[in-house]
Amino acid sequence: MRVLPYGSRAVLAEVDSLERVYGLVTTLRREALEGVTELIPAARTVLVRFDPDVISGPALETWLRRRRPRPLAWGSDRTVELPVVYDGPDLPEVAALTSLEPAEVMERHLKGRYVVAFCGFAPGFGYLVGGDPALRVPRRDTPRSQVPAGAVALAGEYTGVYPRAMPGGWQLIGRSEAALWDVQRDPPALLSPGTQVVFVPEAAR
Amino acid sequence: MTPGAGAVEVMRPGPFATIQDLGRTGYAAVGVPLSGAADLRSFALANALVGNPPTAAAIEATFGGLEVRAHTSVVMAVTGAPCLVTIDGSAASFGAALSVDAGAVVQVGSPRRGLRTYLAVHGGIDVPAVLGSRSTDVLAGIGPPTLERGSILPVGDVTDGAIDPPIVHPVPADLTLLVRPGPRQDWFADNAMDLLCAGPYTVLMESNRVALRLHGPALPRRRDDELPPEGLVRGAIQVPPDGRPVLFLADHPVTGGYPVLAVVDEEDQWLAAQARPGRPILFRARA
Repeated sequence: MRVLPYGSRAVLAEVDSLERVYGLVTTLRREALEGVTELIPAARTVLVRFDPDVISGPALETWLRRRRPRPLAWGSDRTVELPVVYDGPDLPEVAALTSLEPAEVMERHLKGRYVVAFCGFAPGFGYLVGGDPALRVPRRDTPRSQVPAGAVALAGEYTGVYPRAMPGGWQLIGRSEAALWDVQRDPPALLSPGTQVVFVPEAAR
Repeated sequence: MTPGAGAVEVMRPGPFATIQDLGRTGYAAVGVPLSGAADLRSFALANALVGNPPTAAAIEATFGGLEVRAHTSVVMAVTGAPCLVTIDGSAASFGAALSVDAGAVVQVGSPRRGLRTYLAVHGGIDVPAVLGSRSTDVLAGIGPPTLERGSILPVGDVTDGAIDPPIVHPVPADLTLLVRPGPRQDWFADNAMDLLCAGPYTVLMESNRVALRLHGPALPRRRDDELPPEGLVRGAIQVPPDGRPVLFLADHPVTGGYPVLAVVDEEDQWLAAQARPGRPILFRARA
């Protein structure tokens, strides 16, 4: 594990796999070190926010370096079905990048058994892993200034659904009617880290 | 609004005004940014001047131009980017507690320097909290609506017995921000930190509560591969492939996908929120 500096109220702990991120988050939650205020897991890192009045940065770094997180499988018992229609504007581009027919892209995307690795980017946006490795595509060279709410998108090893209209650079392959974020609902986010996700064709519901 | 409760009415919001407090904590895991006042120091001063606890909500006006009418007698204070303040047309003090009679109109002019001015009301702006905060988050679209002409803002009845004498930090004309190394220095060429500190950078018009977008020397990367998304902090200076730095402010996303070269020192983050589009800012490495 590497511990990287990140200002006066946070450090970034870096490990070599998503499974070790889960292992580290589990360890940090269990040990609940005084002064640690928030943990933000991501793909290979955990951002550890702390209160410098309670623990010093160097003391926290030393403590973190002594942890030996083991890889853990992630996933709650909760499964969410997301209805999807594959009519995204980047479907032809994704087909070309992956040397697949558009129908194969849809088929492979539908077969994925996904889990929310972490959230970020926007409220309710879950980075879903567990998809077909053949569907790994880079982000668009030029991001769109407006991606519509519900857009189902691909980038790198992830798939995701935009919870609201916003700028974005992911490749859009479809759309979903699911309400991913509703501040009136408790909890407001449909997806949280660990949630299992399957896509279901809209017509089949 | 309950009868007899205090209220202020927005007569003119100016170019852009929102309600802000200390922001939302505890929802980062589902992607909700911290948000909160962009210049936390001036915001804290405004609350302290009117005897509010630090958690009370206030108005954040961008480029001044704010005009409010008190529906009830209230105590207000205006801090941050310095502006001419008037009550019913008569000059009033900037950076001090002001007694405003019921029906009186408080005008906040355009700032002489800086960008964001705070108007606090004793009792706090008492609009409904969303996920534990009254801050408007422009990136996430959470929180009370942006202020408009005719917005009626209820005033709460929060009180806080113990008030420390507030320390006033005037917004300087020239902005120099101290930076310390960020987590991804090894993704950049050896001279990237020197280039950042040599500058100068100009604040671009596309800047907002999410980030300052800067024009100046491009910061060369050593690695061109894609960085997996990772957590961001306020003050992080992230460098996209075009080499032009982005300095994150209050409404930054929870995670970002480009390497962070440096982080603005916490003591200077309030200054970043006062950087005006078109103006230069300088960075200096912390010794």
